[in-house]
Amino acid sequence: MYTQGLLEAPPKAASAVEDSERMAHFQARIDAEEKIEPKDWMPEAYRQTLIRQISQHAHSEIVGMLPEGHWISRAPSLLRKSILIAKVQDEGGHGAYLYSAAETLGIARSELIEQLLSGRAKYSSIFNYPTPTWADVAAIGWLVDGAAIMNQVPLCRCSYGPYARAMVRVCKEESFHQRQGYHAMLSLARGTPAQQRMAQDALNRWWWPALMMFGPPDTASQHTALSVRWKIKRFTNDELRQKFVDFTVPQAQFLGLTVPDAQLHQDEDGHYQTGPLDWSEFNAVLKGNGPCNAERIAERREAHAAGAWVREAAIAHAAKRAARAVA
Amino acid sequence: MRPSVPRVQSLKVYGAIAMTLPQDWALYEVFVRAKRGLDHKHVGSLHAADAAMAIEHARDLYTRRQEGVSLWVVKSADIVASAPEDAAAFFDPAEDKIYRHPTFYDIPKDVETL
Repeated sequence: MYTQGLLEAPPKAASAVEDSERMAHFQARIDAEEKIEPKDWMPEAYRQTLIRQISQHAHSEIVGMLPEGHWISRAPSLLRKSILIAKVQDEGGHGAYLYSAAETLGIARSELIEQLLSGRAKYSSIFNYPTPTWADVAAIGWLVDGAAIMNQVPLCRCSYGPYARAMVRVCKEESFHQRQGYHAMLSLARGTPAQQRMAQDALNRWWWPALMMFGPPDTASQHTALSVRWKIKRFTNDELRQKFVDFTVPQAQFLGLTVPDAQLHQDEDGHYQTGPLDWSEFNAVLKGNGPCNAERIAERREAHAAGAWVREAAIAHAAKRAARAVA
Repeated sequence: MRPSVPRVQSLKVYGAIAMTLPQDWALYEVFVRAKRGLDHKHVGSLHAADAAMAIEHARDLYTRRQEGVSLWVVKSADIVASAPEDAAAFFDPAEDKIYRHPTFYDIPKDVETL
């Protein structure tokens, strides 16, 4: 999910100089379900894979504040507004936990922020879709955060200690995101015919992008094997996607909504089988040609530039306080 | 532990926006006491311009759901840590002193309250 962009930049192969003895010790530690901590020796490819994955995850949280943030001033009630503010604040917090985890691998925060602002960094494809109605906010909580949980729960057992610990914290908070989304969806589904249409319309637009959040099919995912061996990843893209579909279809049925897939059916084992996903759309969004890629980055840059005076004032204030303390 | 890359303040132009990317603020480690009577526990880290800001950010970042009644922040650079590569030798002296554990002593069952 947060490794979508890894497709374009495979990690460097472990250099031959890397001591095979240390490598064996490293793998033995992982096989024994011991965690790897920041100062431990680790293969360069492990470090680089994690820096990319954790930073893409962090960027996704930060960019993820934008599509929902637009609705804070337009939420339909004071309670929904308070909930949305809390959720968006959580997303910012998740970004901060994850940036901190990435920094333990030896990359500076400023470098990570620059990667995002320059447009070089990848983030989850899902945040490049628009949120034209209030039902989109509900659908994001239910489907996007639901898919995120499916992906993030196994990451709590990731072999890299700081990432795993950050994910434990994130997962505790994420459940609120999904439940408030489903609750908002339920309100619409039980509302007027116009509200029901709005809910159905949002499901129609978010269903396929949510399934694509899990990344390309296993047959096309080149990094799964190594990440599984290193216990960065514990389930494949298709396994997690299937689990999400199996959980979500009955939830849609309860809402009285129709999953926009004419080929959707339950197989003899009880699993829901979907029709084929349009990977050309996924690849286009990932390459920067989604409906909102340019808008998201432009908005992030504006926010960063608009916050410059706050950062400068904070430094000036800290300097003044330090000078007073000396005097 | 966390190498910080010193950066000069440089003007970058992204799209139509020019901005400065300041050097990172100091990194602080955050410790939270969940309730009175418990130890402060390490929960993560954050950047701040000074200690007062670090405390406020720590509240916003790590106690949004009443996770704590007290916070400590410590500059990461001020933490002195043992070296993981020396851990085996460093902690070795305790390894063969099993007599330090109460279970080492075999006491007859008839002796109570011991």
